[in-house]
Amino acid sequence: MDKRYTYYPGCSLHATGIAYDKSMRAVFDKLGSELAELEDWNCCGATAYMSVQKTVAFAVSARNLALAERTGDDVVAPCSACYYALKHTREGMGEDPELRAQVDEALAAGGLATDLTVAVRHPLEVLLTDIGIPQLIEAQTHSLEEFRPACYYGCQIVRPFGAVDEDPELPMSMENLFTALGARPVDYPPKVRCCGGMLVATMPEVATDLSMDLVDWAIANEANCIVTVCPLCQSNLDLINVTKGSNGKSHQIPVLYFTQLIGLAIGCTPEEVGMQHALIPPDAKAPRLRSAQDRGAPLTIAGTREG
Amino acid sequence: MKTLDPLAGPIAPGVLSKKEHELRTAFLEEIERIPGGGRLNQCIQCGTCTASCPVSHAMDITPRQVIGMFRAGAIEELLESRTIWLCASCYHCTLRCPAQIQITDLFYALKRIAIEEGIFPKRFPVHVMSETFTNNVKRYGRNYEVGLLLTYFLKTKPIGLFRQRNAGIALLRHGRIKLRPDKIKGIEQLRKIIAKAETFDLPQEKVTKEKVTAAVGYESIGR
Ligand code: SF4
Ligand code: SF4
Repeated sequence: MDKRYTYYPGCSLHATGIAYDKSMRAVFDKLGSELAELEDWNCCGATAYMSVQKTVAFAVSARNLALAERTGDDVVAPCSACYYALKHTREGMGEDPELRAQVDEALAAGGLATDLTVAVRHPLEVLLTDIGIPQLIEAQTHSLEEFRPACYYGCQIVRPFGAVDEDPELPMSMENLFTALGARPVDYPPKVRCCGGMLVATMPEVATDLSMDLVDWAIANEANCIVTVCPLCQSNLDLINVTKGSNGKSHQIPVLYFTQLIGLAIGCTPEEVGMQHALIPPDAKAPRLRSAQDRGAPLTIAGTREG
Repeated sequence: MKTLDPLAGPIAPGVLSKKEHELRTAFLEEIERIPGGGRLNQCIQCGTCTASCPVSHAMDITPRQVIGMFRAGAIEELLESRTIWLCASCYHCTLRCPAQIQITDLFYALKRIAIEEGIFPKRFPVHVMSETFTNNVKRYGRNYEVGLLLTYFLKTKPIGLFRQRNAGIALLRHGRIKLRPDKIKGIEQLRKIIAKAETFDLPQEKVTKEKVTAAVGYESIGR
């Protein structure tokens, strides 16, 4: 397994989502895949641009695709918003010749060109298809049995382009993955509901309501952590931990990245996967995390313990 | 919530006010550029979009009504609504719409026209966020979260900064706030790309607007 990927961290993974960055690198490193950060990448344009200037949004995003073509490796974009923006640019330019001509002309003004050859992928799908559950089980050194995650997919990796080929209304890929690694995912009906990420600054009350609902639902279903695939979702839900609800308490639950949990299972230390950046340290709510970080923990042949 | 003015739509069946005509033309030009934008005429007003929308409870005009009002010729009302700025771009409506209407993308089109026309609901500065964001990208090539939020709050509601202080402190303590922006090396290159792309986003020549007839409803989208 020595496949190489072009890593597009996006703006969040350099700041609020730093734990995602650390855990991505740790997991890929452990599994022997190379993540090479795209040199001099720029902002993906995200939805904020799309709502103001359409061609500019595509052109800004397309610069990254053009840069990535220098190596030709698949682009891995962990942030759902970046994943969507890059993918949307690739697909949109492919479908609309007029738009493509305009974006090509804009890129040419900067001395670049793209032939849209690199694929844009989300790490969840990369880990599931290129590496695969059997390989992950083989690499597993620590049990996840103390984890009862509420697997939260959010918006933009399930729609409009499904990152993983599955039912966009009821994705199960994370549940299957973590069950295979010995965790016990809880039933979590709002798994594809929006966290309100876009509205955090502009409509904080609406955003807080949406996120708090997701947190409360996870707690009600007896999850002991929420697992996310996006830095915006993670920040929003994590910030509920320091937001006073109507009665002050009971809205607290650790919010992790799926890569952090995988990292723990395959023997990365909590520091390596950036656990120190979580607003609620997981061992406050999932006290047995320590047993997962304890290197002496018995090797779990996960998957066989199911059922 | 505001009540809709029943007289704000077409002045008489098949006749639009001049303003309405211009807005509709701009909108039609925008939706033409969305893949599948023309499917707007297939809306069956089933309300699936509204029911799927996580923020419809806070909207003054629901997503289903947006489509209906467009067909009734009340675009100015739409542009003034909170709705287009409340949309969180979650694509749930688009995923579920039985007519496969690209509702989220239509909302983007409405936002772009509202910005172009300078129509915003009062004290509802969502567009300031987008502007601050795009300025950030032009300056640094990347989006600098702290700068973005600071500028946004200072421009719109300084009190918001105070309210968010707990969040800020918590993130800072956990090493999740970057104090200086990154600037990309190819910033000049990026600026050239943006400058060129902007020429395509400028409002099109008014000439094309006059060619469109003042039809409403299905006729307006070529049926
Ligand atoms: S879901 Fe689609 S068809 Fe139904 S009301 Fe909404 S836009 Fe119209
Ligand atoms: S994309 Fe916007 S309008 Fe559609 S369901 Fe989501 S928030 Fe509502």
